[in-house]
Amino acid sequence: MTVQQISFYQTGTFTVGNRLLDEAQRTVQATVARANSLTSGHRACQGCGEALGARYAMDAAMHATQRQMVVVNATGCLEVFSTPYPETSWQVPWIHSLFGNAPAVATGVAAALRVKGRQDVRVVAQGGDGGTTDIGFGCLSGMFERNDDVLYICYDNEAYMNTGVQRSSATPPAARTATTPAMGDAPGNQFGQGKFLPEIAMAHRIPYVATASVADLRDLEAKVEEAIHLRGARYIHVMVPCPLGWGAASHDTIRLARLASECGLFPIFEARNGEVADVRKIRHRVPVEDFLKPQKRFAHLFDPEPDTRRIALIQAHADRNIQRYALLP
Amino acid sequence: MLKQIEGSRAVAEAVALCRPEVISAYPISPQTHIVEALSEFVRTGELSPCEYINVESEFAAMSGCIGASAMGARTYTATASQGILFMAEAVFNASGLGLPIVMTVANRAIGAPINIWNDHSDSMALRDSGWLQLFAENNQEALDLHIQAFKLAEALSLPIMVCMDGFILTHAYERVDIPSQALVDAYLPPYVPRQVLDPDDPVSIGAMVGPEAFTEVRYLAHARQMQALELIPELALEFRQAFGRDSGGLISPYFSDESETVVVALGSVLGTIKDVVDELRTEGKSIGVLGIKTFRPFPLDAVREAIGHAKRVVVIERSFAIGQGGIVADSLRKALAGLHIPTHTVVAGLGGRPITTVSLDRLFRTALSGELGNLTFLDLDHAAVDRVLAHEREVRRSGPGANRMVQEIARANVRIV
Ligand SMILES: Cc1ncc(C[n+]2csc(CCOP(=O)(O)OP(=O)(O)O)c2C)c(N)n1
Ligand code: SF4
Repeated sequence: MTVQQISFYQTGTFTVGNRLLDEAQRTVQATVARANSLTSGHRACQGCGEALGARYAMDAAMHATQRQMVVVNATGCLEVFSTPYPETSWQVPWIHSLFGNAPAVATGVAAALRVKGRQDVRVVAQGGDGGTTDIGFGCLSGMFERNDDVLYICYDNEAYMNTGVQRSSATPPAARTATTPAMGDAPGNQFGQGKFLPEIAMAHRIPYVATASVADLRDLEAKVEEAIHLRGARYIHVMVPCPLGWGAASHDTIRLARLASECGLFPIFEARNGEVADVRKIRHRVPVEDFLKPQKRFAHLFDPEPDTRRIALIQAHADRNIQRYALLP
Repeated sequence: MLKQIEGSRAVAEAVALCRPEVISAYPISPQTHIVEALSEFVRTGELSPCEYINVESEFAAMSGCIGASAMGARTYTATASQGILFMAEAVFNASGLGLPIVMTVANRAIGAPINIWNDHSDSMALRDSGWLQLFAENNQEALDLHIQAFKLAEALSLPIMVCMDGFILTHAYERVDIPSQALVDAYLPPYVPRQVLDPDDPVSIGAMVGPEAFTEVRYLAHARQMQALELIPELALEFRQAFGRDSGGLISPYFSDESETVVVALGSVLGTIKDVVDELRTEGKSIGVLGIKTFRPFPLDAVREAIGHAKRVVVIERSFAIGQGGIVADSLRKALAGLHIPTHTVVAGLGGRPITTVSLDRLFRTALSGELGNLTFLDLDHAAVDRVLAHEREVRRSGPGANRMVQEIARANVRIV
């Protein structure tokens, strides 16, 4: 499909007017064929980035597969808020087994499909950053290494939200969580390079790795569509702010997701077979303070005095990403 | 066809005859030969169509089985010891989701200290996980039980462990009858899942269930497992009609109905016990044996009926509930509640210590004379244990327990027969 060149007419939010696009390029949410993979009435908090990201990702996958797909879910907010028995919000065949085994369950589903000769049905697994980067990491790496035919989507809200906002290995430096309190000499999460799973996924040389964000849902949809048509292990890591865990206003979810990328902390790119293939350039570069300040989890960096040393360290992280991925236009 | 064959190989051939569609396994002794053989069958095309997944851990092995089974594939794995503990979370999950996975447990002790030899600690540790547990007495039965297990699991939509003694059975060459594919096909129909992940008829499997329904869900799991008490004898009978031999069932009596003293056990030790009992019976002693073939669900009524007349019961346990005593004996006492039959627990063969006819003979004679205690450790080196205990009372810090024990036993030059 050739990409239609259009000019942005809204500068406030960068939202691209759907009406200016070819029908084929419009978001699935804009059509009557909208899949509604995750129906309304689930128990997510207001402004939940994960609910939004999952809905768009799964709708795009349903659209791309013409509903011939199976979803495997790790334990976490997404699972808990969507299936309080006897209700379920899922319009797709969906299985939840455990916190740490979604990739392996998906491997089993894919094997069963292969043995039954069902080439048409695709497998998508999903989980939070905890289920993906921590407890499920071994299973995920195994799934990557075997190049199992599964698309795995991680919704990164940067902590264990379902159990009450504890630190995960995707929690950024200095962030306050229930297990990294804002106290002592080094308040909040420890400083370190963290565990950035997309790069670890790339090290497995799997066919497709991408990052995406709820700040650009059309990009997320396009990446899901791209990934779903490939074979083998594929991984998409989506930035999904959590108003509750981050201590931010419900209406700030999209804005914070955008700021995470615009300051350089969350690079948006695609990689094929282990090599970066495409990056999304930063349009309006902002200092990391703009991203940190609206969130209570970073309040100790500004109150009573701005902690310039730590803010500078975070800025250095962002700058390194900007360099490494060549994020500036 | 009669074959002189290793137990593991025989089980692998039986499993292959059951046409599993997905096998997902991780190596651990003494189970490895089974899955090695199966991966060979898949590679050579002997077992087709079948997907063999080489996973990175037992946790992933069971998780892969969960996914495959939920997708409607007949699914198999095998493990032992540390392996089954490593997959424990997924073991409970498989039964909670009602997935008819068949798993061989090549019984082995659990560390520490690490020990690869046989006892029943591993499957006993997961006895309340919602899986059915069948115990094989010999390799023919191990093979036959797998064929029955697939049928039973799928009829109940529940997972089943077929337990066979590690090394003693898995690595022993015995003559077994391997049935034809046609015979197995006639006995075991293709798997029709109770609930499947079907894109054309979507369901959500594994929803979060709150306090308002969780008890009911558990009750139903129990009720479903209890149906096996009727189904297992039926399947065993059907098996006998089709294959021409007795295998499986709930219990196996051996002169137990006419004996005052009844020895109860499960697994391969039954063979040795029967040898000793034969000898004692030629001397006119009133002693018989009751083998427990199905340990979960526990056949309380069948056991009570079979040995409710006994004067005393001796339970040979190949596992040990630390801080409590015998696991099998506990179930026995429940079966015999109110009958006032003394039930003696004998812990034997832990970590592969041989259970010899000499020791059993001595034990049974003590039992027959009414002098057996409540809890006995067969062939325990009391002197070594007492020395270590005395030492521990004096010195708070001592070297690794097992090391010290081995040294003590060596020093005393005690030979275990
Ligand atoms: C083995 C195990 N350990 C711990 C838990 C408790 N637990 C459930 S969800 C969760 C955190 C989920 O965090 P994440 O994966 O980041 O998803 P989120 O809720 O943030 O979307 C934890 C710790 C569990 N279910 N299983
Ligand atoms: S806690 Fe966060 S991730 Fe969980 S439902 Fe609420 S907003 Fe979403």
